[in-house]
Amino acid sequence: MNKNKILEKEIEARNFNRGGQVSSKLKTALTRLGIIPEVIRKTAIITYELEMNIIIHSNGGRIVVKIDKDEILITARDRGPGIRDVKKALKPGYSTAEEKVREMGFGAGMGLNNVREYSDFLEINTEVDSFTEVRTSIKLSSEE
Amino acid sequence: MEYILGMNWTKQRVIIMKVKEIVSKLDLEVLEAENLEQEVKNGYTGDMLSNVMAKLKEGELWITVQGHQNVAAVALLTGAAGVIVAENFDVDQKTREHARKEGLNLFSSSLSAFELSGLLYKLGVNGE
Repeated sequence: MNKNKILEKEIEARNFNRGGQVSSKLKTALTRLGIIPEVIRKTAIITYELEMNIIIHSNGGRIVVKIDKDEILITARDRGPGIRDVKKALKPGYSTAEEKVREMGFGAGMGLNNVREYSDFLEINTEVDSFTEVRTSIKLSSEE
Repeated sequence: MEYILGMNWTKQRVIIMKVKEIVSKLDLEVLEAENLEQEVKNGYTGDMLSNVMAKLKEGELWITVQGHQNVAAVALLTGAAGVIVAENFDVDQKTREHARKEGLNLFSSSLSAFELSGLLYKLGVNGE
């Protein structure tokens, strides 16, 4: 299957000023491609959360988005520190974000949960002190 | 429900309100006015960005106490009709610049998020 890369972006750790830039660029690109609004919405939510996770929790990372005729594939890979307990991280409301970050309205513990809810496929690979890679896909058809 | 000559009558009330109408009714301070002619469909109140990201839909007003730059990002991504920063919370200069550049309505009010939501709801901006 031919997959076209539509976006690849390096994301800096703790650079909150840039938060949302990747998802915003992606939204523009998908709109140009004529993707239906519901799929764009899901993709934007997922990418935003993955982007913010890299900014809030990681040592920096990269997001790659590809598209083929059936689906949009998003891969977010960072350079650590890894997730100690993925099951806990997936629990709504569970967060390891610092107080300062929470005051800004982040770290509600809903990030991965939103990713789970709006994606059709989700795979998380992580190794403590090494990396976290989240792979997720959204079907292009609006059928549930 | 009333029946007249076999027709089925149900009461209907449709309210279509533009952003500028809400600005004047709620006496909002306009920080950035980009498109006041936009129709407002509903509202959402919250400070947790992930919640807002998931719940706020296109054409809805967002009421929050957050004023930092990421607010503009979330509002633009969700397609919000505008952001009202409640209780005169500080709005970063960068948030304003971002709003101006990307075309986002940005307002401020001395009222609390609770009061603003209540007033909007009473005006008929409640998703019906």
